[in-house]
Amino acid sequence: MTDATFGAAAPRQALTAADARLKKRHAAELRFKAQGIAAIVVALIFLVVLVGRIVAQGYTTFESHTLSVPVYLNPDRIDTSDLSGVNYDYIVAEAVMKKLGVQDDDLGTVSTKVQDLVSRDFGFQLLNKLKADPKLIGQTVEVHGPLKADADLYFKGEIKRSTAEGDRKLDNQQLDWLDKLKKTGAITSGFNFAFFTNSDSTEPEQAGVLGAVVGSAMMLIITALIAVPVGVLAATYLEEFAPKNRWTDIIEVNINNLAAVPSIVYGLLGLALFINWLNVPRSSPLVGGLVLALMALPTVIIATRSALKAVPPSIREAALGVGASKTQTVFHHVLPLAMPGVMTGAILSLAHALGETAPLLMIGMVSFVPGVPEGFTGAATVLPVQVFIWENASERAFHERTAAAIIVLLVFMIVMNAAAVILRRRFERRW
Amino acid sequence: MLTWLSLLVLALFSGVAFAAGRRRAVASAGGRSRVLHSLPNYYGTYAALWAGVPAALLLLLGAAFGGRIEDAVLQSSRPAAVQALEPDRQAVFYSDAHAIAAKQPPSEVTYEGELKAALDAKVAEAKRIGTVLNVGMLAGAGVLALAGFLLAFPRISTEFRARNRVEGWIGVLLIGCSVAAVLTTLGIVLSLVWESWRFFQSVNPLSFLFGTEWSPQIAMRADQVASAGAFGAVPLFAGTFLIMLIAMLVAAPVGLYSAIYLSEYANRTVRGVVKPLLEILAGVPTVVYGFFAALTVGPLFRAGFNAIGAALPPGPIAQYLMEVQNQMALVAGVVMGIMLIPFVSSLSDDIINAVPQSLRDGSYAMGATKSETVKKVVLPAALPGIMAAMLLAVSRAVGETMIVTMAAGLQAKLTANPLDTVTTVTVQIVTLLTGDQEFDSPKTLSAFGLGLTLFVVTLTLNIIALRIVQKYREQYD
Repeated sequence: MTDATFGAAAPRQALTAADARLKKRHAAELRFKAQGIAAIVVALIFLVVLVGRIVAQGYTTFESHTLSVPVYLNPDRIDTSDLSGVNYDYIVAEAVMKKLGVQDDDLGTVSTKVQDLVSRDFGFQLLNKLKADPKLIGQTVEVHGPLKADADLYFKGEIKRSTAEGDRKLDNQQLDWLDKLKKTGAITSGFNFAFFTNSDSTEPEQAGVLGAVVGSAMMLIITALIAVPVGVLAATYLEEFAPKNRWTDIIEVNINNLAAVPSIVYGLLGLALFINWLNVPRSSPLVGGLVLALMALPTVIIATRSALKAVPPSIREAALGVGASKTQTVFHHVLPLAMPGVMTGAILSLAHALGETAPLLMIGMVSFVPGVPEGFTGAATVLPVQVFIWENASERAFHERTAAAIIVLLVFMIVMNAAAVILRRRFERRW
Repeated sequence: MLTWLSLLVLALFSGVAFAAGRRRAVASAGGRSRVLHSLPNYYGTYAALWAGVPAALLLLLGAAFGGRIEDAVLQSSRPAAVQALEPDRQAVFYSDAHAIAAKQPPSEVTYEGELKAALDAKVAEAKRIGTVLNVGMLAGAGVLALAGFLLAFPRISTEFRARNRVEGWIGVLLIGCSVAAVLTTLGIVLSLVWESWRFFQSVNPLSFLFGTEWSPQIAMRADQVASAGAFGAVPLFAGTFLIMLIAMLVAAPVGLYSAIYLSEYANRTVRGVVKPLLEILAGVPTVVYGFFAALTVGPLFRAGFNAIGAALPPGPIAQYLMEVQNQMALVAGVVMGIMLIPFVSSLSDDIINAVPQSLRDGSYAMGATKSETVKKVVLPAALPGIMAAMLLAVSRAVGETMIVTMAAGLQAKLTANPLDTVTTVTVQIVTLLTGDQEFDSPKTLSAFGLGLTLFVVTLTLNIIALRIVQKYREQYD
């Protein structure tokens, strides 16, 4: 039978036909594979563009330009009976004008233009110096402080001379002054420590992230103190003790669904329950921590349950075999062995809580808080909300700071995630 | 402060109770702890628990509800001068009385004449009630702590089964913790339903769900004509749907294709590099995506469309393209799609991996290529799971807040044009509830109506998705 078909023309044709089809099929194969690669490349490009844009927009914040200028504390301008009411900004402007070798005109246009270059921080510094030592009046003191944000942006190349004069915040004369001050060495650039030691401010050059970082830390402490113990114990009960019945089924379905509830709904819950019903102070780390704890609870429970599941039954049997009670078995043996997994899950859900914004807007965290929070019940702001607030600000210098705050936020998240990964690598046991 | 201090004292007391209980147990065994039923520490713990826990619960309840009790008593008798005020002014009056008594900054309202006298009286009353409550709470806690200790301590003897008792306490604690999850759901449902119910008393639910005009302004004065407020949520639903659709058009193909590539084609090294990178994309906070959308993608898209408009021959379309704004639905949708890529990809990856290898092997044995196997065997087998993954992604997209708040508009428009500005349910919730608000107006309450709708929709999507996943898993197990 095989002999009959061999040597005939027909099968050969069939073979070539199959060749053509095979080519098509292989082409389809290649196309499909290329589509897969394209999808991954697109996703990775998105990642690179996202991170790249934020770093590109934000890194300039970490450099700042500062001005050192000797200020003559003119006794004629300082009313010793009312130190707080003195126009220090003008005194500083005078000092800068002297340095520039220009004179104020009758209308004060020159001094106003000079004041547009120098941060009001100089004035506050003078006030504090005088308050500490009133004898400085009549003397000359060296003051060191930041430039106004627009002047800073000029040195960073954000404001360019090539732009039409009317379209930029600073006119040619102001730019000439800045160049002159830079040339004389009065203006120097350096690392922007102020960004990390100041809190929010209405003046971009004085705004920093310290208040937000402390607020975030306080809020995470509350979240961790509530979500981790409650979540771990709940998971322990469900995994180790609970009988399989309708009631525990309901709890399980419940937890799975809670994990997928939109975060803003937790904000509504916090507003109705904690603020309106229990009178917890608005926009405090306490209420924020409580809301985020409720939000993190399901993920902590789910992570803990899978860590407990990974502990082999032989451990439990051995412990029970030497006479430990059920509770002793779980708390002395199973839970400690599951701890690396539990802590990994807990850190990851805390990292997620750190980046959460929407529920915090509901509980009043959008308010302007110009300092480090006074306590767990004081008004506070947190990093992601600070990003949101600054993003809404109209000054251009705030955009740069927003990106920088995002970088700080991402660094914290990367540190937490890396800690989780290290914990998992170092302590996780494969049974 | 008082609560913390008394909790600290209580902790010290139960520490003492622990030592005393332990000592008594050891003493009753004559120093030979082997005679005891349980380990000595269990006796101590038993005494400490009875001494500490009931009193601590009382203190915490007092801290949580003391303010409410004080308010209730304070408002039980209303002076005539206060009764003459409008209801929300009355609320301010009482919160001021409360704040002054608690030495917190009051509101900026100034009170004169009779009101001032009434305020002073109420402040004094509030202080008195506060003192009574605090003293009562402390005394109650003290009595409870002592009674608990006196109840537990005499029972300690060699025969006493302390370990079982302590384990009973632990069991109660564990059950209490797992009920917390249920209580959270209950809290969400109750608070949403309660506030929505109050909202639906002033606005008809049908006109809320099916009305096509949304402008939640309420007249500031009773005689104002212009703004009666319209609460028709259809434009919000339409806007949410439009943005969700755009997001899924980005996320579904990219996510699914990358999942297929990673699970079927990629070797170990590629997987090991790409998966963590995608996880980074998943871990980026949504506020960062919002910033990216508002300051990078928005201006970029606008510039692009304006350039296209300029290149086209003049006409209404070119004119329209020249005028598009940063805040178009397309921007928010695309960025949300980017956010969802890793979500779709990792869920689909799990599902594709759950398809048994034997199905693939069977297909290869029949001479199918890899892509044919994927398209004709793996994907049909994984289809229900992938549908579930898509539903979960849709639910995420519907509930996502920050991207749309920062990149989509505030104008409620009924449109299917992706270049137009639309607003979403979540954006409206945020705008209604941030900033100055009076809590009883339909304007703020409508946020809870929207929240309830959002909760119901996402919950339904999740339940359907979880159901599908469960069913599908059982097939291959």
